[in-house]
Amino acid sequence: MSVKVRIPAPLQKLTSNKSEVEVEAATIKELVESLEKVYPGIKGRICDESGKIRRFINFYVNDEDVRFLKGDDTVLKDADQVSIIPAIAGGAGENRK
Amino acid sequence: MKKELTAHDKERYGRQMLVDGWSEDGQLKLKNAEVFISGVGGLGSPVSIYLAVAGVGKINVCDFDVPELSNLNRQILHHDARIGINKALSAKETLKILNPSIEIKEFPCKIEADNVHSLVGNSRIIIDCMDNFATRLILNECAIAKKIPLVYASVWGLSGYLSFINVPRTPCLSCIFPEAPPREAKFPVVGATPGVIGCLEALEVIKYLTGVGRNLENELLVWDGASVDFKKLPIRANKDCPVCGALRDKKA
Ligand SMILES: [Zn+2]
Repeated sequence: MSVKVRIPAPLQKLTSNKSEVEVEAATIKELVESLEKVYPGIKGRICDESGKIRRFINFYVNDEDVRFLKGDDTVLKDADQVSIIPAIAGGAGENRK
Repeated sequence: MKKELTAHDKERYGRQMLVDGWSEDGQLKLKNAEVFISGVGGLGSPVSIYLAVAGVGKINVCDFDVPELSNLNRQILHHDARIGINKALSAKETLKILNPSIEIKEFPCKIEADNVHSLVGNSRIIIDCMDNFATRLILNECAIAKKIPLVYASVWGLSGYLSFINVPRTPCLSCIFPEAPPREAKFPVVGATPGVIGCLEALEVIKYLTGVGRNLENELLVWDGASVDFKKLPIRANKDCPVCGALRDKKA
């Protein structure tokens, strides 16, 4: 299955500044592994040590949050559009310790 | 006591009163409204400026920080001469110049779980202009307890998020992001980014107070300035959310 993945700005350093990449994957879990093969280091940002997707990172498949589908077992179809939506903290204050 | 519109108000706000559904009634609602702006940095600057010049009657601004030189690329409430004074105080000085006919109250303190309720006081809406998730979650819980909306936003680089949170009609912030992201000491940002997202926050507040238009409920706006892409993603309440789950119908 070839799917398009939207990469959020904070992770684009790992994808040579690409905001959209295409990978082969049948599930979200596989998608993370496929990304890691091409863009080493990205899995560590998305998943915790046990390999689970971090709770401040949401995955959407065609506008549906995978938490309301089958989580990282959610099945992907050809031409699906996947978006990675991490929580971002910035309000541009930044001095605070 | 309810404030009435003066001839000065009608002239000052005349152009916005031409907006469909606004008129004198909408302007009166703004004049009699009180709002709470948490943080007057990159987002809080455009939010407070546009709410002030729109004639929101009472604006509470809260920030314990002081402007630094490295803030001035985006925090347009402050300028070089304000470096070192409290941000809430600096905000008040700027806003008073932009609109002397409204009331501005400054709170030069840190928002904590044990003072948030008294800080927010009688405000009808909380506008999140924070730079960290821990405080956002405190504001989220306060908004739910007070049954008032929270306008959520955050920015990074040339991108940003926005949502209008109004439990139980919408998910709460913890439903959207069950866990806070790790703190980033210095993330990239250019002033125009919180400019865009902050203006959208101000507009959400104005729509809510006047009843004009509709709010961004049950959707997360994801704006990517690098590719000029505005995308709205549906967001859903988590029935087992530790913050708002108790208010949800478990059978639904
Ligand atoms: Zn919730």
